[in-house]
Amino acid sequence: MDDLAPVVSVDHLNKVYESKERRVEAIGDLSFDVRHGDFTCIVGPSGAGKTTLLKCLSGLLAPTRGSIRVNGHEVTSPPEEMAIVFQEYGRSLFPWKTVRENVELPLRERGIAKDKRRAMVDAALDAVALSDAGNSYPWQLSGGMQQRVAIARAVAYQPKVMVLDEPFAAVDAQTRADLEDLMLRLWSELDLTVIFVTHDIDEAVYLGQRVLVLSSSPTRILDDVRVDIPGPRTQAQTRIEPEFAALRTRVYRGIQAAKASKAPQG
Amino acid sequence: MIAAFLRKLAVELALPLILLTLLYLLSASSTNFYFPPLSAVLEKFNALWLGKRFFSDVIPSFQRLMAGYLLACLLGVVLGILIGSHAALRRAVEPVLEFFRAIPPVAMIPLLIMSMGFGDAMKITIIVAGAIWPILLNTVEGVKGVDSVLDETCRTYQIKGMARLWHFILPAASPHIVVGMRLGLSIGIVLMVISEMFAALDGLGSAIIYFQRSYEIPQMWSGVLMLGLFGFALSMAFRLFERLVLGWYYGMRNLERRD
Repeated sequence: MDDLAPVVSVDHLNKVYESKERRVEAIGDLSFDVRHGDFTCIVGPSGAGKTTLLKCLSGLLAPTRGSIRVNGHEVTSPPEEMAIVFQEYGRSLFPWKTVRENVELPLRERGIAKDKRRAMVDAALDAVALSDAGNSYPWQLSGGMQQRVAIARAVAYQPKVMVLDEPFAAVDAQTRADLEDLMLRLWSELDLTVIFVTHDIDEAVYLGQRVLVLSSSPTRILDDVRVDIPGPRTQAQTRIEPEFAALRTRVYRGIQAAKASKAPQG
Repeated sequence: MIAAFLRKLAVELALPLILLTLLYLLSASSTNFYFPPLSAVLEKFNALWLGKRFFSDVIPSFQRLMAGYLLACLLGVVLGILIGSHAALRRAVEPVLEFFRAIPPVAMIPLLIMSMGFGDAMKITIIVAGAIWPILLNTVEGVKGVDSVLDETCRTYQIKGMARLWHFILPAASPHIVVGMRLGLSIGIVLMVISEMFAALDGLGSAIIYFQRSYEIPQMWSGVLMLGLFGFALSMAFRLFERLVLGWYYGMRNLERRD
């Protein structure tokens, strides 16, 4: 497969939740491509169907219409080429397994030999600076550290695309800044392809090369913003660049417009 | 962990020892036929249970209990996982389960004696029939309540089939399963004794009935004492097992309480 073909391709995605009482169109019509090496942030107001989009992307929910392809294959069940980092770190790590075992389990199920597995786990824990915590249980660690374990698990899995669902929404501001920088470092060092879902505009502009702004549901893409702030990005410098301010204002206005135009739900 | 466990054990043994001493002193001058002095009971205890009867009665009882109990654990957990992970199956069988659970297993002893005779098979069946319910129903609860985010984690990381069962479902349900197993163990001991009282040539229950019928009251009491120690030893062993299996769970819970 050539490098120019999209790793993730979303084509006229539509999702309707139907029950006896009501019919809710969560996603109207979404199309976008993610290429190898992209860092794409998806930002939208609360209720923008971000979670629905993510569940469709990860094969946990079937689309009503349209299709999603990952690495060329249509998604009908969770794709093997994708690793997910959930917002609820406390509920996505196995509390009965140590940090090492948590990172190792998916590799084991893939049938990777023990020695190689050990090296991959070591490298992943080292990448998130948790080499010393391998034998701890996740619940013995702080929230930020737990989320780093989840990131290490995703990194060790060596996916074609890594999807993060509001991963830093539940940690304090300082930890959040550190985790953002960790993500940028991992992305540039390990040649990752990242889809990062967030409700935080600053975070989206700070991290992404590209920011997709979603409308309220039924979701469409309101704006597709290319972020050309030259790297390396740093918390202190990047956030005071005029380009950063301009882009965050553009995204902010987009989201305000999305909220204002929110159609009354029937 | 082991040292802490032993220290706790010492604290817990203090009161029983005080009670035994009191009983020993107070009963020393007893002339009541049904309540002999503890010294007489202990004398019989030494002679009977630390000797031949340990092998001819305690061991057979233990073997029956273990056979029935382990079978109940296996069946309860396997069926519980099946029922717990299929909502439709659960709806279909839950009323039936509640009905069978409501029948005291002792009521089935006469029937089982007729159909299976006086042998071990009957006693093991009774133990299984009684001990399985708390294990089965708690396993169903545990499996039903597994975390949805962990479930999605398994799905996205391609952890399926037996691996999912072993690394996710079983440990996630284990706090519930262990509660069921603890209840099942006490039910199993009761049923072991009762089934042996009904029909057996050896075993603790049979020995107690034998001494009662021959009016050997101190011997009978020594059997009751042996039974108490038997149950105590098993519950200690169970606690050790619990610490090993659920170490992560207690660690996590203690941490949450402190916050």
